[in-house]
Amino acid sequence: MTADGAGEARADVTLKGARERRIATGGVELCVAELGDPEQPTVVLVHGYPDSKEVWSEVAGRLAGRFHVVLYDVRGHGRSTAPQPLRGGFTLAKLTDDFLAVLDAVSPDRPVHLVGHDWGSVQSWEFVTVGRTEGRIASFTSISGPSLDHFGHWINARVKRPTPRRVGQLLGQGAKSWYVYMLHTPVLPELAWRGPLGKRWPRILERVEQVPGGDYPTASLSSDAAHGAWLYRDNVRARLARPRPDAYAHAPVQLITPQGDAFLSERLYDGLERWAPQLTRRTLPAKHWVPRTRPDQVASWIEEFIMSVDGGRPEPKATGRHAARFGGQLVLVTGAGSGIGRATAFAFAEAGARVVAVDRDAESAARTAELSRLVGAPEAWGETADVSDEQAMEKLAEKVHREYGVLDVLVNNAGIGLSGSFFATTTDDWRKVLDVNLWGVIHGCRLFGARMSERGQGGHIVNIASAAAFQPSRALPAYSTSKAAVLMLSECLRAELTGQGIGVSAICPGIVNTNITSTARFAGVDETEEKRRQKNSARLYGKRNYPPEKVAEAILDAVIGDKAVVPVTPEARGAHLMSRFLPGALRRIARVEPRL
Amino acid sequence: MTTAVSSELSVELRGFRRVQRLAYECAEAVAARLEPGVTEREAARMQREWLRERGVRDWFHLPFAWFGDRTAFVNFRVPFQFFPTDRALAPGMPFILDMAPVYEGYTADIGYSGSLGVNPVQDRLMADLEAHRELILREVRERRPLREIYEDVDRLMVRQGYANRHRAYPFGVIAHKVDRVKQRRFSPHLFGFGTQSLKGLAADALHGHREGWSPLWSPYRFSDHPPQPGLWAVEPHLGFRGTGAKFEEILVVTDSRDPEQSAFWLDDDLPHVRRWAEEK
Repeated sequence: MTADGAGEARADVTLKGARERRIATGGVELCVAELGDPEQPTVVLVHGYPDSKEVWSEVAGRLAGRFHVVLYDVRGHGRSTAPQPLRGGFTLAKLTDDFLAVLDAVSPDRPVHLVGHDWGSVQSWEFVTVGRTEGRIASFTSISGPSLDHFGHWINARVKRPTPRRVGQLLGQGAKSWYVYMLHTPVLPELAWRGPLGKRWPRILERVEQVPGGDYPTASLSSDAAHGAWLYRDNVRARLARPRPDAYAHAPVQLITPQGDAFLSERLYDGLERWAPQLTRRTLPAKHWVPRTRPDQVASWIEEFIMSVDGGRPEPKATGRHAARFGGQLVLVTGAGSGIGRATAFAFAEAGARVVAVDRDAESAARTAELSRLVGAPEAWGETADVSDEQAMEKLAEKVHREYGVLDVLVNNAGIGLSGSFFATTTDDWRKVLDVNLWGVIHGCRLFGARMSERGQGGHIVNIASAAAFQPSRALPAYSTSKAAVLMLSECLRAELTGQGIGVSAICPGIVNTNITSTARFAGVDETEEKRRQKNSARLYGKRNYPPEKVAEAILDAVIGDKAVVPVTPEARGAHLMSRFLPGALRRIARVEPRL
Repeated sequence: MTTAVSSELSVELRGFRRVQRLAYECAEAVAARLEPGVTEREAARMQREWLRERGVRDWFHLPFAWFGDRTAFVNFRVPFQFFPTDRALAPGMPFILDMAPVYEGYTADIGYSGSLGVNPVQDRLMADLEAHRELILREVRERRPLREIYEDVDRLMVRQGYANRHRAYPFGVIAHKVDRVKQRRFSPHLFGFGTQSLKGLAADALHGHREGWSPLWSPYRFSDHPPQPGLWAVEPHLGFRGTGAKFEEILVVTDSRDPEQSAFWLDDDLPHVRRWAEEK
């Protein structure tokens, strides 16, 4: 796993330090770059369209510490020469020749780990499914590029049995493939790329795809794009019309699917297990150019997959529903020693995430971490901190960032209960509840969110508000106020961070069976009465018996669906609806004093 | 753990101990014969046949077997879901065998947890059950109301990070009374429960209702009374993310003033107790 602290230090690494050589094959000369120790397992990175090997610079830098990283410019791209004539020079068979020529040069007697993005993945599917490369490829990680053969079968299956859903899938992908049709027109694409499009492309990438600038795209872009059009013209029609019937992968495959890919539908990979048994699926909330926008995540998944293949592919520990999405991600949960926080930590652990369980009670935090490891977290740590203590939180953030990395998901869950009329609530009571429920969230968002945003590779912040955020009650003035503040804070933060690919969700649970009742403060009553009310409310919550595990599920769903406000439990959903359509009724309910 | 010395065991307790041992032997024998592909129904039948061969004719309840996430009663809504299904055992899967044979008029009710191969989660659950066995005995000796003991067990489970799964049993009981049963030539059963035993339980319930106690140890108000002398089959059941573990054995409660004698586990030589001792 890549520690992000180290990743950052390498972030400015380009391919400048790479050893370069030129390899002649089939009438062209390929430019091959190598990084890292040649004794280590070899990883070959294949770029897509319209790119050159520099698209991998961020990922290659992160992998070079542990692997022998090899990149090459596909024929006609970057500093490799183009075939003459262009037509017929880019067939998959010729691309396979190139690949084998590179392998012969860089790793003649050891199989390599192959990684492809976009067209690099399309051609890598060819490499990994044809007979003559058998034994040369140890594993294949595919990012945003289906096999043309599988794609052909996918289309055929949908044309032959056009159920409404299948027609929808067909039309959906058909619309996303608009650029493929454009590329099939003669001359025009070349003119566009060498003219205005080539000039504007970096800005388009930055604006539409949120690809950060820098050393990419390179100066060769317009000729890469013009030559690369032949990749489509030489292969797409031929393969889609007559897909090979035997395109089975002869190496383990990891599929990384960006959910926001504008060019490829997620549905394309339905049933891929038929061609690649034991497929490892990964999804991430990002657009098409993940090697540029999410290098940390991509590099760590590549590394993890290679390690598992080299280690004989042990059974995956994490079997949860969302393992494809959260595997290897770093998740921090506050208040993880009990209740919703603990259940959330377990749910993320089951999905294979690395979990930091924070609680002010060291023992229960450690317990959560221990059980998290049991249910599937590759790593889990218990940390002690009081979220209301600014210095403690700063220390915690410093430690987490230094030792574990930048968070992918932050769950600000810690909270305390306070009940009692407004005039019975002392200023001390107010301070305490606001310190934990509101300031705790502020500290979390400020300290961990800042680093998330700085890293610029997305993430998600979940704040646990409450149904009390929109359901007024005379019994919970301070608590409801703090939770309403959390809800609004989340909404504002969401607006601010959405441009950076960081989602913010507010979860609003109703009555959930946790121990918040037995630690809640009841203002304005003596100690025995407080004890009695705690006990009675605990029994009441026990009778309601809504399990915190269901809230945890809602939290994972909120992260995956990037939902803004999620009321959980029927009463919370009811109150949420009423706050919009029947606020008067809610106000009348608010006047009722619950008897405990 | 302290228990009454065996010499002091009355004839009656010895009878209960004999059948409890027999039941645990059965559980161990059947568990050893479980293999991939065996279904819950088959496992239940194996327990039944094993015990019938050794002279068991009546049941408090027929043997149950739960495999996989059914050990944690995931999505159990109606009592019929407790009955064995066609779920097949696979490597690594946890299982629970639960049986309550009547032998020579004495009743046992036991629960045995295990897994096919290694299951670290269930191992952890089983290890953590030890604290519950200690807690229950301690608080029964303190003559705390059963309802409060129930809540303390609940709190301990939550602190450990687990869910209370005995809540899923009928009336949410953590324990119920067991007693001697008259041997009859016919021993019909109703929904898996022996009619003789049900009769005994109903008589207790009626009796207890008049005196303010209940043969069912539940989280409800009718259990808000100190432990009633007699034999209680105690079955704390932990659940954690689709894996469950329990033990079930008889706790003897007497009206002795000596705390040691006022409550003790019928037998300390049981598989789960031996396991805890070995791990130390």
